[in-house]
Amino acid sequence: MFDGVKKHQVTLPCQPEPWDIRNLLQWIKENLLKERPELFMQGESVRPGILVLINDADWELMGELDYKLQDQDTVHFISTLHGG
Amino acid sequence: MGTWGPGGCGPHHVLGLCSYSNCFREYFVHKFRAMLGKNRIIFPGEKVLLAVSGGPASSAMLRQVQEGLSRETAKRLRFIPSVIYVDEGAVRGQSPAQREQSLACMETLLQATGFPYYLVHLEQLPASILRPGPTTPSEPNVSYKEAVEGFIQQQRQKGYGDQDSGTSLPGPGNGESPEGPPSAPRLPAAALTQELLKLFGAVQTLTAKEELLQMLRIHLILHTARTKGYTKVMTGETCTRVAIKLLTNLALGRGAFLAVDTGFKDDRHGDVMVVRPLREYMAKEIAFYNHYFNVPTVIAPPLPTKRRDKPSFRHIVENFLLGLQKDFPSTISTVYRTGEKMSADHAKPSCESQRCLLCLCALDLDGGEWGGLWGGIRRLGAL
Repeated sequence: MFDGVKKHQVTLPCQPEPWDIRNLLQWIKENLLKERPELFMQGESVRPGILVLINDADWELMGELDYKLQDQDTVHFISTLHGG
Repeated sequence: MGTWGPGGCGPHHVLGLCSYSNCFREYFVHKFRAMLGKNRIIFPGEKVLLAVSGGPASSAMLRQVQEGLSRETAKRLRFIPSVIYVDEGAVRGQSPAQREQSLACMETLLQATGFPYYLVHLEQLPASILRPGPTTPSEPNVSYKEAVEGFIQQQRQKGYGDQDSGTSLPGPGNGESPEGPPSAPRLPAAALTQELLKLFGAVQTLTAKEELLQMLRIHLILHTARTKGYTKVMTGETCTRVAIKLLTNLALGRGAFLAVDTGFKDDRHGDVMVVRPLREYMAKEIAFYNHYFNVPTVIAPPLPTKRRDKPSFRHIVENFLLGLQKDFPSTISTVYRTGEKMSADHAKPSCESQRCLLCLCALDLDGGEWGGLWGGIRRLGAL
């Protein structure tokens, strides 16, 4: 989905309001996702079954979509969906 | 399902991630041992074959067994594990080069565990395996202690001079067992691959393909277990998978067999029992565990399909349950716990001719016998 690349180190462009996960997902969708966005996204969030870890912690503890990204943050996406 | 992270562990979070992950690790390892301890099915010194696909759940299971064997005596697991990996690359649309690569990855991963292992190809499935093994006479209400004594006595009778055969690497065999020194894994003959692809090509829907693959895979694993002298096979279905399977199988008309298809123990195969020790772990717990403790995985590509939308029953049920789970976090555990109430009695055939060759359950020939199926639907409908 992401060209088979596991790790992306990205520098986000400057924008007036601070980056949060909601913007980040939208940015990923527009810039990194190569095919079939429906397998990754659902609405403005990730598809159920995909876990998000912000600096190794469950994003549910960090405010989910509203978490404000800091410099050097690491965000992991882990799929628990089953291929077949 | 709880939330995992440095803050999810009460007072620990002030101490930082390090002590948090220790806590999570202890919990995780304990749960595995407790599951086996509670069910008392695996005997000390028994040879157990771990079915590892390289996916997150079975890889976590492998790590649990490694952890369990390295503990101090009182807490140590006491069976003798080996690992089996089934290469399904042909039906998953992998090229020979990709298959070689997956196999090599898997082999490195398995070698690192130090357990004996078997790499088998789905093509190696002999036609003769479509029949159940001889049923071992087992009295139903025997206590664990008596069962263990019986097991040890059986082992003695067999004259277990080859005690070490389970702990050392299996010798060079007929292509099923790995060679001692690492060498490039060999793929089966192209003609066999063609046969297999023809079989899968004849199956129309992805739902049926998934079912067929699942059944052939377990037959091959059981066949290997049987020929190599294993009496238990462990598979890595998580709570999430079990819940999805419960509803999928209901939709497929397998309601009467829910208990054997999803229960902790599956003894329909006679001589070899399938055990599912990860049934109480959520897929989320597994994912976090693997992430924190660097459990290596090898991801197999999904079965190829032309349909993008709603490719199979299982996909639809998975989407449905995970979508619900997001807003109602006890969905999956509720479905799982409802499945716990199923009885395995309906799966037992009254005689051999009444048994399905593929799934080895009783053929449901009398239209009037809706008991198992309806019971299942009513119970799940009452959620």
